[in-house]
Amino acid sequence: MTDEVKNYTSTVGNADSRKFETFSYLPEMDADRLLKQVNYLIEKGFNPAIEHIEPENAFEHYWYMWKLPMFGERSANRILSEIEECHAANPGHHVRLVGYDNFAQSRGAEMVVKRGKAV
Amino acid sequence: MSDGSYKAGVKEYRETYWEPDYTPKDTDFLACFKIIPQEGVPREEAAAAVAAESSTGTWTTVWTDLLTDLEYYKGRAYRVEEVPGDDQAFYAFIAYPIDLFEEGSVVNVFTSLVGNVFGFKAVRALRLEDLRIPLHYVMTCNGPPHGIEVERDIMNKYGRPMLGCTIKPKLGLSAKNYGRAVYECLRGGLDFTKDDENVNSQPFMRWRKRFDFVMEAIEKAERETGERKGHYLNVTAPTPEEMYKRAEYAKEIGAPIIMHDYLTGGFCANTGLAQWCHENGMLLHIHRAMHAVIDRNPNHGIHFRVLLKALRLSGGDHLHTGTVVGKLEGDRASTLGWIDLLRESFIKEDRSRGIFFDQDWGSMPGAFAVASGGIHVWHMPALVSIFGDNSVLQFGGGTLGHPWGNAAGACSNRVALEACVEARNQGRNLEREGKDILTKAAENCPELKIAMETWKEIKFEFDTVDKLDVQK
Repeated sequence: MTDEVKNYTSTVGNADSRKFETFSYLPEMDADRLLKQVNYLIEKGFNPAIEHIEPENAFEHYWYMWKLPMFGERSANRILSEIEECHAANPGHHVRLVGYDNFAQSRGAEMVVKRGKAV
Repeated sequence: MSDGSYKAGVKEYRETYWEPDYTPKDTDFLACFKIIPQEGVPREEAAAAVAAESSTGTWTTVWTDLLTDLEYYKGRAYRVEEVPGDDQAFYAFIAYPIDLFEEGSVVNVFTSLVGNVFGFKAVRALRLEDLRIPLHYVMTCNGPPHGIEVERDIMNKYGRPMLGCTIKPKLGLSAKNYGRAVYECLRGGLDFTKDDENVNSQPFMRWRKRFDFVMEAIEKAERETGERKGHYLNVTAPTPEEMYKRAEYAKEIGAPIIMHDYLTGGFCANTGLAQWCHENGMLLHIHRAMHAVIDRNPNHGIHFRVLLKALRLSGGDHLHTGTVVGKLEGDRASTLGWIDLLRESFIKEDRSRGIFFDQDWGSMPGAFAVASGGIHVWHMPALVSIFGDNSVLQFGGGTLGHPWGNAAGACSNRVALEACVEARNQGRNLEREGKDILTKAAENCPELKIAMETWKEIKFEFDTVDKLDVQK
């Protein structure tokens, strides 16, 4: 164990300090890791949905819906291609994947899958 | 008794209160007591005595018994059972008619069920193991002010347990230094920090300044991280008037959550505060100081699962439930049973988890299980596996004791948590692969790496005192 104390670099002025909830403390998802989370949503029976927002408004509860939730969607490829389409149409936005759990009337999963430019 | 004549004197309890043929009604309260009777007292008589003393009976007949319909109001012992692995104690099952209890009053229920009877001479030791609260009664109570789903929506935390930390040293910090410790934890990635239960409003740190500095810390951490944060402001106070004053102030400054100690503060104060929280949109974290005095002795007192049911009725959005893996008492199967009783809507009888009755909570919200005490990053895989998403995992020393400070400690916990949740979602077995998962996550997080080096050797492996009753 080293005796040297490392500085924790987060500041209000440094945009890279901004996080966005679940999985935002891990490295950004690559295609392989994302596919596994999409499969988790499908296995849990959650209804997938996609939302996006300008990074400066990310703290708000309501992000923009991309189309409508994909009720009952079981195809990982379809979900992944919607994520890509949303990302292409909204470059620079955060894009998050939501798993609606209609039994709990809540979101069983929610994660940012495309990170926009930090602000 | 109802034959119309009055005979003074002492009758055997079982003549009136032992009814093995009784079929409990859906509206009855059902209690399971573990009884060790005085020598020479038959089980049926001891069970009937407990039924009598916790309902309508007294030690002698009185003429006013004849002015009421005892058949309607009395508690009934309707079954006795062996306690596995114990030849002294037995279980007595007692049914109480719902009309014995004031609606919406946890206070009244417990004054009856665990009142004088616990000092009663005919029993050597007595423990309330479980209590079935009829749904009819549940519906008269407010319960958790908001519940799990609403809290997730308010705090914007989904698909994972939340992370907390109790600020230490628990006594002696000034308000401004205390706020510093809060800020460091929150900016590092925790969702919540917590007042220690001992922190109320002592001379070294009066409550109002603590609230002010903590709120500044929350707001700055939110600006910095872009995430929603909270701190459980402890409003437990010497009087209800003072408690409400502190709660009102917490609301005024925009705090999302306050905290109460429901056993030392009392059920009356807690129920009132929970209703206030419901009306004022404040989340309520519940601490359980004094519980071990009541629930730890396996032969006498009240089992924690009953205290937990009392809290769910009285109201709270979080309740401490033990960690299974940390420094405090808690047997795994039993803990899994009572966290279900806290969070789920319908829980089936399951003796392997210490649950003696089906419990139907109807639409009453559930509360988050809080795991706190002696836990650190190495426990994270087991904690995520045991507690699942609807929990708050609180690392006190495991955050503040990080060699680089609170923010680094918080960050290491957050990274460990997210790595475990991601791995769980991938179908990996956390308890078997925990070390690999954490080691891999630490490659991108020096804060986690150093935390893993710091705490590797700490273990708490004392045997549990209060175990489930099983054949040895």
